[in-house]
Amino acid sequence: MKVLGLDSSGLVAGVAVAEDANLLGEYTVNYKKTHSQTLLPMLAEVAKMTELDLGTVDVIAVAGGPGSFTGLRIGSATAKGLGLALDVPIVSVPTVDALAYNLAGHRDLVCPLMDARRNQAYTGLYRFDGNTMETVRAQCAVGIDEIIADINSRGERVVFLGDGVPVFDAYIRAHAAVPYSYAPVHLNRQRAGSVAALGLSYAAEGRTQSAAEHAPEYLRLSQAERERAKQEHAAASV
Amino acid sequence: MSDREIKILAIESSCDETAAAVVVNGRDVRSNAISSQIALHTLYGGVVPEIASRKHIEKINQVITQALAEADASLDEIDAIGVTYGPGLVGALLVGVAEAKAISFAKQIPLVGVHHIEGHISANYIENRELEPPFLCLVVSGGHTHLVKVLDYGVYEVLGKTRDDAAGEAFDKVARAIGLGYPGGPKIEKAAAEGDPHAVEFPRSKVAGSPYDFSFSGLKSAVLNYLNGCRMKGIPIVQADVAASFQKAVTDVLIGNAMRAVEECGADKFALAGGVASNGALREGFRRACEERGVAFYRPSPILCTDNAAMIGTAAYYDYIAGKRAGLDLNAVPNLKLGESR
Repeated sequence: MKVLGLDSSGLVAGVAVAEDANLLGEYTVNYKKTHSQTLLPMLAEVAKMTELDLGTVDVIAVAGGPGSFTGLRIGSATAKGLGLALDVPIVSVPTVDALAYNLAGHRDLVCPLMDARRNQAYTGLYRFDGNTMETVRAQCAVGIDEIIADINSRGERVVFLGDGVPVFDAYIRAHAAVPYSYAPVHLNRQRAGSVAALGLSYAAEGRTQSAAEHAPEYLRLSQAERERAKQEHAAASV
Repeated sequence: MSDREIKILAIESSCDETAAAVVVNGRDVRSNAISSQIALHTLYGGVVPEIASRKHIEKINQVITQALAEADASLDEIDAIGVTYGPGLVGALLVGVAEAKAISFAKQIPLVGVHHIEGHISANYIENRELEPPFLCLVVSGGHTHLVKVLDYGVYEVLGKTRDDAAGEAFDKVARAIGLGYPGGPKIEKAAAEGDPHAVEFPRSKVAGSPYDFSFSGLKSAVLNYLNGCRMKGIPIVQADVAASFQKAVTDVLIGNAMRAVEECGADKFALAGGVASNGALREGFRRACEERGVAFYRPSPILCTDNAAMIGTAAYYDYIAGKRAGLDLNAVPNLKLGESR
């Protein structure tokens, strides 16, 4: 099975082509240009380098959220356009799952931390048995205090990764009560290769959707919806 | 290529309508699919950009598939994809742009980036086969108020524009102030039909030194002041009269500036475009003003005044045959100026 992997959920833009047990090509850029300008040219470059016949692609895997709302939509719209044009389904890979999968085979509890602003993180907890990933706590948007408290209560060694690591470093130093480490530089951000690899296994499990029905999983309402819900809640409690 | 049909797939997502269309040779609309979000934004009294962007991504494939199906066309027959890349809401634009680029890449179909206002102007070509540049055009919508000299296909000179609120924005704000709600344009028009346009004398704003420019924030303030004055003095507010008087003030200014340009440029053709161009009083006012001057008057049907992709397909066709192409690095440009299109 051949998969195209896309990740534009955070600061990194990445594309990858994988076929069964082979990663044929991967292109990662963590630079100031917007994903709208980089993602498709990168995909075109990887396709050219790997002499990819797009007609042989079986599925599109995309980091399906959480992440930057706009970044997620650039990735999703790209995946949906590819899916529509090539008539192939989409695997929406939870962004935090894909980030954790960078550390497949790690012996410690894996905790991805994506900066979700307002002292919150998009995070989750994972454990590996070889390359098989077990979700200990599914991806969620919670305060850094909540996830660190959860980790402390488990009393296990933990490895952190993601763009939230530098943001929450001081908090982790002050509050982590278990031995911890940070992932090395080449593994500590989103990688389309991980999205493609997980996408292959999710597709094999039948976790695909049509390109038409795919939409990102933001894990958060828009600000307008949050404020409206707050007002309604206030009105209801008067 | 004279006999060959050139088929454009057009995509539009700059504000709150997700739209796709198939247009042949620039003027033959084979399909025009629109998914409107108005009901959703009514809850918030206006378009919420993040909600609009979320809806676009949910609907875009369905709308494109519908446009292709209604045109009985497959992507293999499409010669070019036209997509709105500005101006508009950046998050909303990006959905259409990313989608269009992905399809263009996957099927190796040339891509053309279209200016949204150029699309509105081009809507006039669809139902008026004889219309060709040069002509004068007034684009009036929720986001734009532009008086444009169309010199040739894809070649524009902006004579005047609003210094503050767009005409449609003024409609929305005044509609909210008199309790009519969103969207303001159709609600004011409906209320105004029962009112006296001379009941209240609102100002006809001029911009000093720029006879073709517009300003509507003063008019909006005048309406708000009038409403406050009535409330303080205990004078009952007649919604229909305020709506009719406000609409008349906007219409007078739009027609006044536009007809001054028609006379000074010696134009023999004049066109209206944009969402506000579906306002009946405005259409009738312009029809009469043009008739008095012996100027041919064009305006799109209401369905082609509102944001749609057919108009984008028409504009894209003329850009396409002029050799304009966009690359896979095409980005959304929220404040794109007319005349800067690529």
